[in-house]
Amino acid sequence: MRNIQTIAWKEVKTYFASPMAYVVAASFLAITGFFFVASVSDPFSEASIRGYVAGAIFFMVFLSPALTMRLLAEEQKLGTLELLMTSPVREWEIVIGKFIAAFVMLALMVAGTLYFVIVLAWYGDPDIGPILTGYLGVLLYGSATLAIGLMASALSSNQLVSLVVGAGLLTALTVSNFVADRLTGVAEEIVSNFQLGSSFSVFDTSSFGVVEGGHFADFARGILSVTDIAYYVSITAVFLFITVVLLESRRWR
Amino acid sequence: MIRLEHMSKSYGDYPAVIDVSAYIQQGEIVGFLGPNGAGKTTTMRVLTGFTPPTEGTAAIAGYDVVSHSLDARRHIGYLPESVPLYLDMTVMDYLRYMGQLRAMSRKWIDERLPVIIETVRLGEYQNTLVGKLSKGYRQRVGIAQAIIHEPDVLIMDEPTIGIDPIQVVETRSLISELGGEHTLILSSHILPEVSAICRRVLVIHEGRIVADDDPENLSDRLQHAERIEVSLRGAESSEAISQLRKLQHVVDVRRDSRPAQERMAETGVVALVVDARPDEGAPEDVARTIVDSGWGLVNLHPLPMTLEEIFLELTTDEEAPV
Repeated sequence: MRNIQTIAWKEVKTYFASPMAYVVAASFLAITGFFFVASVSDPFSEASIRGYVAGAIFFMVFLSPALTMRLLAEEQKLGTLELLMTSPVREWEIVIGKFIAAFVMLALMVAGTLYFVIVLAWYGDPDIGPILTGYLGVLLYGSATLAIGLMASALSSNQLVSLVVGAGLLTALTVSNFVADRLTGVAEEIVSNFQLGSSFSVFDTSSFGVVEGGHFADFARGILSVTDIAYYVSITAVFLFITVVLLESRRWR
Repeated sequence: MIRLEHMSKSYGDYPAVIDVSAYIQQGEIVGFLGPNGAGKTTTMRVLTGFTPPTEGTAAIAGYDVVSHSLDARRHIGYLPESVPLYLDMTVMDYLRYMGQLRAMSRKWIDERLPVIIETVRLGEYQNTLVGKLSKGYRQRVGIAQAIIHEPDVLIMDEPTIGIDPIQVVETRSLISELGGEHTLILSSHILPEVSAICRRVLVIHEGRIVADDDPENLSDRLQHAERIEVSLRGAESSEAISQLRKLQHVVDVRRDSRPAQERMAETGVVALVVDARPDEGAPEDVARTIVDSGWGLVNLHPLPMTLEEIFLELTTDEEAPV
């Protein structure tokens, strides 16, 4: 437990000392801010955060791997992984520590959007339920994307490779409904159930194109479903586990 | 303190270390001597628990490096050859972090840090970013992180490689000081370095231990031949060779066939290599013979044996006179 804390704290401090975290946070706030404003600027628009949430989960496909790409790739490049793995620290402690650091950054970014809620409450009469589930959904979805990004970071000592692999995997999981549409039977069931969540209909520009899909849909509508929560928690756990296995396998090479 | 039993390590089909057994007592200062690619780093990586052995076992302080890896790792401080450091941390932050990872309490680290900084002489740089330090100072930070938790066993891979000669001297004396407190293993491909610091030398060649001795005995075993480089003018090479071969302590004389020496032949200079028994005054005899024969002595230069030759001696010539 202490090792996890030590590693997480070190990584959070490194985030604050590096430009990448600021660039990611600024892009996140700018993009989600734009989508929030656009979604509530229509005539007769509803006082909800759906626009923000849609923008957030769409751009996390790129922003999460950008947050995680350094975490393990750089340790491999600098060779510091050798020192880490010869210290009395377990691989899973390294992985969880780094994941927590990335999640703290993501949570801080998401916390930076809370003023949307204040704006809504000031000018309108928002339904608090979908707002709460929306934020919960963003955090759960975010943790799944961070776990996938962290795994990509364990694959290579090159940060750019990690970024591309992470974003590629996340894109594939986001658009898997296109694949599912062309499948039948069990295969269709499996592929469509693995859709990470999507928030835009690419071809539908009415109602700002917000058509939530995948496991994310219910969160956006204010519905809490055990299946969806279990899905994101499982994706996070599975990819963190793969990351641990990847690190352990380095010993045997 | 350290036990290696029939330890082998292969990377795929490539055997990096083959059937190595060694016992190292507490407080010993041991040098792994060998050319690049001999298996020194691999042996160290097995000892530090970074990579498990393919066969056999290794143990630190009684803890097997595979089955009780964490316990074994608690007893070691390790400085890898590349001196990996986080470049965006200050020296103090980095050392504090490494100390915490080695399960040291914050209070203990704060008491210990000034002592460590003093030991490795990093005082004026303690708040500098590691990335801004020169190679020599990074080496000191690397040593500092290896000793911060007062490990029983200190393992250093090529601790003086890539730093300037003055810092090499300082680093060696620092390592010698550390030797008093820790069981110390260091690797090197430089014989004099190992001789200066270590009281026991394991010579590793092509993955095997080919010699395990103290430095004095090792030097004696190796210096049963003396090689002299001679250049002379005014004689045919065959004539010079036959003359020099007649000398009492000369074992062999041959033409120096390196390109630079071959080019010299065009200017009438004959370059030869003379192998002789050591400490019998062979260089003087050779010089006298050349001068007495009326030739011009251009150059006479006793050659130290190269490391490659030392290994060749140890691995091919078992009947070497001791």
